[in-house]
Amino acid sequence: MTSNEATAHPWMANSLADIKQAMLAEIGAASVEELFEQIPVGHRLKASIKLPRQLKSEAELKRHLVTTLARNGNCEQYLNFLGAGCWQHHVPAVVDEIVGRTEFLTPVWGSPQSDHGRNQAWFEYASQMGELLNMEVVQLPVYSWGCAIGHAIRMAARLTGRHEVLLPRLIDPERLSVIRNYCEPTEMTGHIAIVPVAHDRKTGGLDLRDLQAKISAKTAAVYFESPGYLGTIEGQGAEVARIARAHGAETIVGADPISLGVLKPPADYRADIAVGPTQPLGVHMNCGGGVGGYIASRDEEKYIRQYNGFLVSITDTARPGEHGFSLSCSHQTSYGMREQGRDWTGNSVYLWAIANAVYMSLLGPQGFREIGELILQQAHYAARTLAKIKGVRVLFPKGFFKEFVVNFDGTSKKVARINKALLKRGIFGGKDLSREFPEFGQSALYCVTEVHSKDDIDRLASALKEVVGK
Amino acid sequence: MSEKNDLRRYHAAVWDEPLVMEFGHPGRRGQVFPEAEPAVRKAVGEARALIPAGMARTEAPHLPELSEPEVQRHYLHLSQETLGMMGISLFGTCTMKYNARVSEAVAMRPELAEVHPHQPEDTLQGILEIIHGFDLILRELSGMDQFIFQAGGGADAAYTHCCLTRAWHQARGQLAQRDEIITSIQAHPCNAATAAAAGFKVVTLQLEENGYPSIGALKAALSPRTAALLINNPDDMGIYNPDIKEWVRLVHEAGGLCFYDHANFNGVMGKLRARELGFDACMYMLHKTFGAPKGGGGPAVGAYGCSKELAPFLPTPVVVREDGAYRLDHDRPQSAGKIREFWGNVPQVLKAYAWARCMGAEGINEASDLSVLANNYMDKKLGEIRGLTRSNPQVKKWRMEMTRWSLGKLKEDTGVGTADVANRMADYGIDPYWMSHEPWVVPEPFTPEAGEMYSKEDLDQWIAVIARIVEEAYADAALVKSAPHAQAIHQIKGAPLEDPKRWAMTWRAYRRKNGSTPSGG
Repeated sequence: MTSNEATAHPWMANSLADIKQAMLAEIGAASVEELFEQIPVGHRLKASIKLPRQLKSEAELKRHLVTTLARNGNCEQYLNFLGAGCWQHHVPAVVDEIVGRTEFLTPVWGSPQSDHGRNQAWFEYASQMGELLNMEVVQLPVYSWGCAIGHAIRMAARLTGRHEVLLPRLIDPERLSVIRNYCEPTEMTGHIAIVPVAHDRKTGGLDLRDLQAKISAKTAAVYFESPGYLGTIEGQGAEVARIARAHGAETIVGADPISLGVLKPPADYRADIAVGPTQPLGVHMNCGGGVGGYIASRDEEKYIRQYNGFLVSITDTARPGEHGFSLSCSHQTSYGMREQGRDWTGNSVYLWAIANAVYMSLLGPQGFREIGELILQQAHYAARTLAKIKGVRVLFPKGFFKEFVVNFDGTSKKVARINKALLKRGIFGGKDLSREFPEFGQSALYCVTEVHSKDDIDRLASALKEVVGK
Repeated sequence: MSEKNDLRRYHAAVWDEPLVMEFGHPGRRGQVFPEAEPAVRKAVGEARALIPAGMARTEAPHLPELSEPEVQRHYLHLSQETLGMMGISLFGTCTMKYNARVSEAVAMRPELAEVHPHQPEDTLQGILEIIHGFDLILRELSGMDQFIFQAGGGADAAYTHCCLTRAWHQARGQLAQRDEIITSIQAHPCNAATAAAAGFKVVTLQLEENGYPSIGALKAALSPRTAALLINNPDDMGIYNPDIKEWVRLVHEAGGLCFYDHANFNGVMGKLRARELGFDACMYMLHKTFGAPKGGGGPAVGAYGCSKELAPFLPTPVVVREDGAYRLDHDRPQSAGKIREFWGNVPQVLKAYAWARCMGAEGINEASDLSVLANNYMDKKLGEIRGLTRSNPQVKKWRMEMTRWSLGKLKEDTGVGTADVANRMADYGIDPYWMSHEPWVVPEPFTPEAGEMYSKEDLDQWIAVIARIVEEAYADAALVKSAPHAQAIHQIKGAPLEDPKRWAMTWRAYRRKNGSTPSGG
């Protein structure tokens, strides 16, 4: 074996002694070490780094990764009813093929010409989201739904010059924690006060009397969700938007896009800004690493001037009749204006925007209607089946989409214990809400989608019957 | 365009691919979902009746109606109309790397793709082991005490630091007083922008004759209002600030925290540790330095690490190992709160872990050696091309892993600027380079970063293309200014993008503004 072969690494073409020697000779340096002369000796490591053994062989590396990951359980193995911000939906095989294409997967930016296909796919993401949402402006997604809400609230604060936002008290604590950071602590001059609005005890929607009591000339925006964290569909969206408008506040609505084949999009009840998750549209759960957030609005300059991220517009080219796609209004981002830009932007989840585009093209109008209807019917079937179990109750039993709250107080068993017993039976029970919302006692948030069958739901019901009956 | 054998005769695929909204046939489908089973329908009735009054959608969305293979072929065509690093991409500041297919294959397995973050911890031990193992690798590289992966990119990690900075000073009752963050004009714009978005005033230091701001300028900026310093080193010009230890000492003395934006880690990995230089926290981009894919801009990860003193303020959860098992620690009362839902782009963490394991300590050292060697090799060869000048010409020492160049002279001589050259590169099958972040500190900049992946032959090819385009600029400037000529489309027009009457971010906006249907492509 020559010394060359001993050092060659499959990912580094120049990791060969003769090539390094040739390059050093070309530049007139005696050694590679000499090239680090800018770094003072006192900054350099005293001893070399120590890491786990190198696994240069792909065969060996793969074995190690696969063996380690095999210690995970997963939602193909287990019957899963967890949702709460990350949902199990069917991902069409074509979506996986397209987002796995190296031309989309591996690069960063090209030019609008060299990477035309990718820019077109982005425009198609925005265009199809625009059809689902009945809105004309959709920016490339931000990191998550919570981040989208944060940016939208800050947009509203800049638009109105006000520093208070009203939002539902029944919001995902995880999202709320993200929003709190975007709204800044009280010490900061840009602080936006978060005012929680109570819920209607029957529907889970906003309590309009509480909203009326809390809204004022200080309110920058009213934010609500449909479906909300606990799955309920807001039945009074138009009235909420009217109240907000009457007080000069923006209406921001969070909506799950997979519901929009059957549910009214926020624009139809006059939301100004729509936000929501993008993971349901063709992205695997990825242990929470599939999340993304959309932001959309009307095509009005005052809104467009407040977007933080990348807006991709269609444009003409030098050849008559031909179109290309490129960034619009990019100067207002942090790339263009540093600290004067709108919040900040950077890498986000743009590969998932392509997944979303492919997903929406595959489903089309009929697919979105079918999937929405199937989810509605199965989720309600599950809720009604579970509610028949002695001691089990469904809170907000009407008017939800794919998630619903199951209360176990009547069984005198804790959710934690029930979920442990379900796990033994190969089932991931719903998310435990008992710490997040103690007022609902021993409750769990269950999620049912198109991936479930009637048998799955019946299996859950009989397992639960057994567990709570003990 | 090339007639010589040394440059490739590239031409992009031209499909004249229409928008997905423009073709198809009513009733066609790409996916079908079953009807609910009869017993389900019997039990709950029609789906519509389950929706609160007035909340059902009345008009179907105008989405494409296509068969599955039509959708597949459409998006394959779009991928083929994307150069997408199939050429040679020396996109500076982004550290272009090979993204191992083995990691993609493993990440697609249900043991990761179909895992829910709220699963019981007993069923998450495999991925938690990998996250913790990678945390330990980054600790060894940085000297920090704890890493988290929640940030969705490098900018989000800078934002994380700003949130921790708030929590840190708040805990000391000093947040109202400490309202300034210091950075430099050569630090990535996200440092200044996230500081401002977190509510801080931004103090930006300018470069001086050595290529970095002086200690005097830093001293003048420090005060009891100083909350933190956010800084990169080396910068994007390939200049390492040798005073950085003294900087950190001075900021600490003034009561501020120091954050090392390790965007340019590739040239110093295995050579120094952020913590040993005195920094309180640092950030690595796993989609850049650690071999996870960029996805055209994410999903990405800004791995954020900090000292044990700062660790109580980290966003939750933190992956910890106790008694041989792994768990998610949510119970951290001083936490700054979350900056994104869940625990981060977990598949990217797996891919970065795989990269680090395949490289090992010796490979990581070799990679920084090769990156710095390749950049100085490029410097030598690019310096021989007329019309090009190197930034900071007074700095005679070898540069780090990237160098900023200027085409100011070429522009003066020929009218051809850096954007023209970038456009033209694609005609030779070379991915357009990165020019520079704002503001441009040299005229008509470009910033190549060779990295460790590309062969000497690739680098020679890239340099030869630059040399050829420069020749073209002197001989026939119009050819370069009207470039590209061998792409899926021709040079785009910029004016409509900034005109409220003409910009259109969706197809429906375009149709409303134009009242007619455009043709393909």
